[in-house]
Amino acid sequence: MAILPTDPMVPDPYRVGQVWKETSDTFTLALEPAHGAACSRFSPGQFSMLYVFGVGELPISISGDPEEPGRLVYTVRSVGQATHALVSRKPGEMVGVRGPFGGCWPLAQARGKDVVLVAGGLGLAPLRPAIYQVLRNRKDYGRVILLYGGRSPRDLLYRKDLAAWVRQPDTQVLSTVDYGGLSWRGHVGVVTTLFRYVRLQPARTVAMLCGPEIMMRFVTRELESRGLDESDIYMSMERNMKCAVGFCGHCQYGPYFICKDGPVFNYSKVRSLLEKYEM
Amino acid sequence: METLERIVAEHPFFAGLEPQYIQLLVGCASNVRFESGKYILREGEEASQFFLIRQGKVALEISAPHLGPLIMETLGEGDILGWSWLIPPYHWRLDARAVDLTRAIALDGKCLRTKCEQNHDLGYELLKRFAHIMERRLEATRFQLLDVYAVGK
Amino acid sequence: MPEKTALVEAGQIERLIDVLQSRGYEVVGPTVRDQAIVYDRLEKLADLPVGWTDEQEAGSYRLKRRQDGALFGYVVGPQSWKKYLHPADVRLFSAQRQGETFRILSNPDPPPPRRYAFLGVRACDLAAIAVQDRVLLHDRYRDPIYQVRREGIFIVAVNCTQAAATCFCTSMGTGPKAQAGFDLALTELLSPDQHRILIEVGSEVGAEVLAELEHVEASAKAEREAASAVDHARSQIQRKMDTTGIRDLLYSNFDHPRWDNVAQRCLTCANCTMVCPTCFCTTVEEVSDVTGDHAERWRRWDSCFTQSFSYIHGGSVRSSAKSRYRQWMTHKLASWIDQFGSSGCVGCGRCITWCPVGIDITEEVAAIRDATASAGENDHGNA
Repeated sequence: MAILPTDPMVPDPYRVGQVWKETSDTFTLALEPAHGAACSRFSPGQFSMLYVFGVGELPISISGDPEEPGRLVYTVRSVGQATHALVSRKPGEMVGVRGPFGGCWPLAQARGKDVVLVAGGLGLAPLRPAIYQVLRNRKDYGRVILLYGGRSPRDLLYRKDLAAWVRQPDTQVLSTVDYGGLSWRGHVGVVTTLFRYVRLQPARTVAMLCGPEIMMRFVTRELESRGLDESDIYMSMERNMKCAVGFCGHCQYGPYFICKDGPVFNYSKVRSLLEKYEM
Repeated sequence: METLERIVAEHPFFAGLEPQYIQLLVGCASNVRFESGKYILREGEEASQFFLIRQGKVALEISAPHLGPLIMETLGEGDILGWSWLIPPYHWRLDARAVDLTRAIALDGKCLRTKCEQNHDLGYELLKRFAHIMERRLEATRFQLLDVYAVGK
Repeated sequence: MPEKTALVEAGQIERLIDVLQSRGYEVVGPTVRDQAIVYDRLEKLADLPVGWTDEQEAGSYRLKRRQDGALFGYVVGPQSWKKYLHPADVRLFSAQRQGETFRILSNPDPPPPRRYAFLGVRACDLAAIAVQDRVLLHDRYRDPIYQVRREGIFIVAVNCTQAAATCFCTSMGTGPKAQAGFDLALTELLSPDQHRILIEVGSEVGAEVLAELEHVEASAKAEREAASAVDHARSQIQRKMDTTGIRDLLYSNFDHPRWDNVAQRCLTCANCTMVCPTCFCTTVEEVSDVTGDHAERWRRWDSCFTQSFSYIHGGSVRSSAKSRYRQWMTHKLASWIDQFGSSGCVGCGRCITWCPVGIDITEEVAAIRDATASAGENDHGNA
């Protein structure tokens, strides 16, 4: 029964350190604790509640390096009033941070196995900390395969990271887009079409998926058709959140609270829920 | 021809085919190669071949007058390109362009078509395999149409 | 803890209120207002609904005058004790803009200046408090707002001596007798020539308070009378809910046609969640002043029946009334068991009484158990 030292509903003040524009509507922000306080540590897969003065709070996955001290990094897509306000913060401005909340990617369970990470769109952001962690402890894992699907070439995130990761030993990084455009020489097609180009060893593979729910459902179908057991597949789920500490009730998904029991779930736990309309 | 035979025999697409049919296919097969940018097949042309891609990347495109070529999908190593040779009126529906240098095995679809009409067992075996490919492509296309990464729909 | 039952004259309730107040409690309990029995401050015995009773049915609540002067001759009204423990509007903190930045002023809504003494907690509501304790105090996180209001309160339970038509506490194992979790428990013994109250002590503090009342040790006869009075309530209970395997029953009937049936009736008005003593869902809202320099974050009661409750990425996951009713009922009776180790329902019957169209949760469960139920039973001629 963990009790947070401070009131779990009051944010800590952080300052915007840097802002990067990833795509036309997606930005990455690095936040540092204001007043020289200690920065929260986090595990890959966890999220924070980010507070924008006068606007409100948003649950955003932490997308930075868990071993990098002193700052928390978030990648945010501007889709509405609140996210627009958040990505409009300039360096020096304040953002409130609560958390980290939620469980994490199964990096311990994946030790000694091949790691397959499948990201769709903004789903690469919550997976990035896991990728950093796995590559930092490379000898603890077998092959590493990242399959990344985006809408179009202009929507792909973290190009520098992708280029660096593909150079890692025994690491396969494949990207694809739904819509190619004129100068794109890479793959065109949905992310499941990338599976043709990888050879999986299903008995010794752990898969971690993040992206739109429909995308994850197509991917689990593909993984199972290639012999993976449902218990070796993990996915990050998302629902409306107001508190992130299991009290507001909004994030309930079947019997689970996504903030406490997730957001990372073993596929065997949620497979029957995914199939149900308006669950 | 020995290399071709091994490639055809070992390709997953033909797995389970009786040796006599493999021989038949090998008889209709040849090595081909397309430089980067070259068109492998063109919309509207007679569809008389299909290809096993061994290496490279092929873009399936359609050309819009004001936009130029729009890529719908790319295929790569191990993929089968072309099924219109099997379905009347036997014309390609799309363009296929080699994005990178592409090596493939071309199979004489016209000849195979005639053989399939004579030998329905062979026809059924090939149609089963192509049906599977079409089903996978249809599912992927439907997924693509959903445009899951778009916002504000 | 001293096992003790005592007997007092009914008029000692006035003294009880005084004693509690002198010990620093704010005494709250049932009182008549706006043609209902609600909870509010009690200063004296006359503030109680003396001589009133309630007549409840699905979608109906009326107060009626009794022929006698019973102090507790009714059951539960539209309010529950979560009004005090899990308040409907609470400020979490405020923030002040300072140029390009802002300062977080951790000034939550102050807790009430005095601890509460709840006078008149029915057994079902006692169980509901325990259910909310499990959710808000004993799970992964602890809610400080609930905690500060819950700690040190004094509970005077009242054993029901009559039941409303909508009650079904017996099915949920929560009543009509209060078993534990109280400081004092009262059973009203009213006859034409005598008006007494049997008091059961449930804690050290309860014993201390009892010591300040004029009382005698209860005789075996009085105890039998009290048991009989509670049995009378038990015998009046009409509604039943068969909870056998209810968790799996609801989990495996996600597509039962009964959901379509109730969807045709449910207005998604959220009354049930407002009156339910265990519903705890809240939302958090940002409130700023006209200048935009001062912002506050307020926590307010919310309901899974609202259209926006499950809003994500431009739409609601549970868009239809059907899915929202199903979510509420499945959560209350089934998922709650997985989440918190017990049912979320205490059988108080409020949701049945206060539903404007009279949807009856016990009837819905029975209908889902009935394998032959179909959507056509209440066919209104709509497709």
